[in-house]
Amino acid sequence: MSQNQPALDRSDERVRHEETLSDSLRAFFDRIRSGDLGVLPVIVGLIVISVVFSSLNPVFLAPNNLVNMLFDCATVGMISLGIVCVLLLGEIDLSVGSMSGFASAIVGVLWVNMGWPVPAAIAAAILAGVVVGALYALLYNRLGMPSFIASLSGLLAMLGMQLYILGPTGSINLPYASPFVKFGQVMIMPDWFAYLAALLPGAGILLNGLSARRRRLAANLSAQPMTNLVLKAGALTAGLLFAVWYLNLGRGVPWMFGLFVLLVVVMNYALTRTKWGRSMFAVGGNREAARRSGINVRRIYLSAFVLCSTLAALGGVLSASRLASSSQQAGTGDVNLNAIAAAVIGGTSLFGGRGSAWAALLGIIVIQAISNGLTLLNLSSSLRYMITGGVLAIAVIVDSLARRSRMSHGRA
Amino acid sequence: MNVTSPAAEAAPPATGETILRLRGISKKFGAVSALTDIALDVHAGEVVALVGDNGAGKSTLVKVLAGVHQPTSGTIEFCGQEVTLPDPGAALHLGIATVFQDLALCENLDVVANLFLGHEMAPWRLDEVGMEVRAWTLLRELAARIPSVREPIASLSGGQRQTVAIARSLLLNPKIIMLDEPTAALGVAQTAEVLNLIERVRDRGLGVIIISHNMEDVRAVADRIVVLRLGRNSGVFTPEASNNELVAAITGATENAVSRRSARKAAEHGEISA
Ligand SMILES: Nc1ncnc2c1ncn2[C@@H]1O[C@H](COP(=O)(O)OP(=O)(O)OP(=O)(O)O)[C@@H](O)[C@H]1O
Ligand SMILES: [Mg+2]
Repeated sequence: MSQNQPALDRSDERVRHEETLSDSLRAFFDRIRSGDLGVLPVIVGLIVISVVFSSLNPVFLAPNNLVNMLFDCATVGMISLGIVCVLLLGEIDLSVGSMSGFASAIVGVLWVNMGWPVPAAIAAAILAGVVVGALYALLYNRLGMPSFIASLSGLLAMLGMQLYILGPTGSINLPYASPFVKFGQVMIMPDWFAYLAALLPGAGILLNGLSARRRRLAANLSAQPMTNLVLKAGALTAGLLFAVWYLNLGRGVPWMFGLFVLLVVVMNYALTRTKWGRSMFAVGGNREAARRSGINVRRIYLSAFVLCSTLAALGGVLSASRLASSSQQAGTGDVNLNAIAAAVIGGTSLFGGRGSAWAALLGIIVIQAISNGLTLLNLSSSLRYMITGGVLAIAVIVDSLARRSRMSHGRA
Repeated sequence: MNVTSPAAEAAPPATGETILRLRGISKKFGAVSALTDIALDVHAGEVVALVGDNGAGKSTLVKVLAGVHQPTSGTIEFCGQEVTLPDPGAALHLGIATVFQDLALCENLDVVANLFLGHEMAPWRLDEVGMEVRAWTLLRELAARIPSVREPIASLSGGQRQTVAIARSLLLNPKIIMLDEPTAALGVAQTAEVLNLIERVRDRGLGVIIISHNMEDVRAVADRIVVLRLGRNSGVFTPEASNNELVAAITGATENAVSRRSARKAAEHGEISA
């Protein structure tokens, strides 16, 4: 950048730019005030939850309890990741719980009862997810059926199918010794691998940031200050290393959780760095404008519904592995609402056009922490349902209020 | 101007050649006939102004050409070939770019994302830097007063949004540009810049259709003025046509609200000076 010529994007003197750390902090608070809450609700939520539950029962923060929590996060989190996709479009899929239960039943029946190889049974379950998603998209695109209603009927239909294929016994135990079940119960990353994995996000941010910085400066655009970048990467790495160290005091980091995080990272890339992701946000923000830009809106809906049901099916497969059974209870109860609540708590708007893949990860940690804490207190499921319902209501209220504030601050 | 890309310069339509020829275009919305038997020609290097009262069907005609609405009947010829425009993507692909009256921007996305929506650079690994540089260059040419291209559209003023919508129409190197009331919300400098731009685009051999209620702007840039009234053709004029002629064609009567008003004003004026 030449000395006397301002960067391309710095010629308007009305805009305050983040040059130093304190500028960045100020910008952060400005964003919060205008209703762009980001990860703040999650952090506040986690702190409150940890303080409350660990004072009621110190086991809550014990390493091995947290490891169990991560196992549980992976199953419902996978479902939540799919929910993020449909919420981005301002649609909903209320049948993800049933879908996961049906998928888990498919795995049990095909594998244990009919003797299929495990990979084939898993593939069949996932294929079921693809088909169901495609069906919702068909109903939505061709018949204009609201996804709310389509998925509500899907909820009942798939619950019926789950009960039907499980037959009168209603429950199939999966062989404990199989790698499939071990994956959901005991398979843990080696310590060194977990530490290595903890270094990756920070390194990724740093390298990505540096190369973006270089290209921006070369194109005479302003770039993020170097200190910000280093601080962000450093803080993240320190946090993750601490988490891994703490978990390694117990059993360690589950592979299943690693798989979930990997999918979150892939989804994040797809949503933020590809044309498909851009189109998702566009359709969610203003469907007609997206159509007039030449985006194939129907295909975007198809991709979102298919992804959502497929990830729900995958979540069901993981939960079968986690519980070592395919039962009539799989996917029922609060699974549906937990998955939706997680996406909303993580910062995905119910109104479409706002959200991120991280929402699934952050939100599900909050949800599982609550559910785990309540279980430790030996509360009956009646109370657990009431509390989870309350949490979802709070999350939606925060979303609505934040949206109102964003509208009045021109942040849509 | 340097918003061209090699692709567009490879085949500029020869000036005077007919780019667009509409015959018998009708559009019904249920019981309402928004357009009836419309004929319209647009040549390369020509600015056609489309004028008419509110609800005359101007925007509907533009939307038919943009692939947003399907005509109930009629034919559209583009560069000598009969075409159908089943969706907006088809129109964009042919080289028909549109600035819609309602702008059709995504408020949750930033300026760069909106400019390149549907036509992003490097679809599998978005080239944000390339897009941002191109965005600034385009906006500079329109003398746009936009503080930051990384803010969501929701934070821009009406005129700034309009500038973004106009910039977007130029991005794909179209053969014809349709602007539906592009200067309605613009400031003095920006309006002049848009009129300049229309002339530059015309000189490059593109066809331009502009809709405006501002007769001064229309006369300033138009080569032909096509009048619509109640969804029908109501005459074609040159910019030299008198105001009375135009108003008569727009309102459909020599005796109309405008003439009555000016007559009354003249009378009042006479009384005062008497
Ligand atoms: N989507 C639609 N559904 C039903 N009727 C419509 C629709 N769009 C336009 N119309 C009708 O078609 C007629 C022409 O509308 P159009 O928007 O083309 O007018 P216009 O000439 O652009 O007016 P203005 O100068 O106010 O923008 C109006 O009577 C309107 O009510
Ligand atoms: Mg109009």
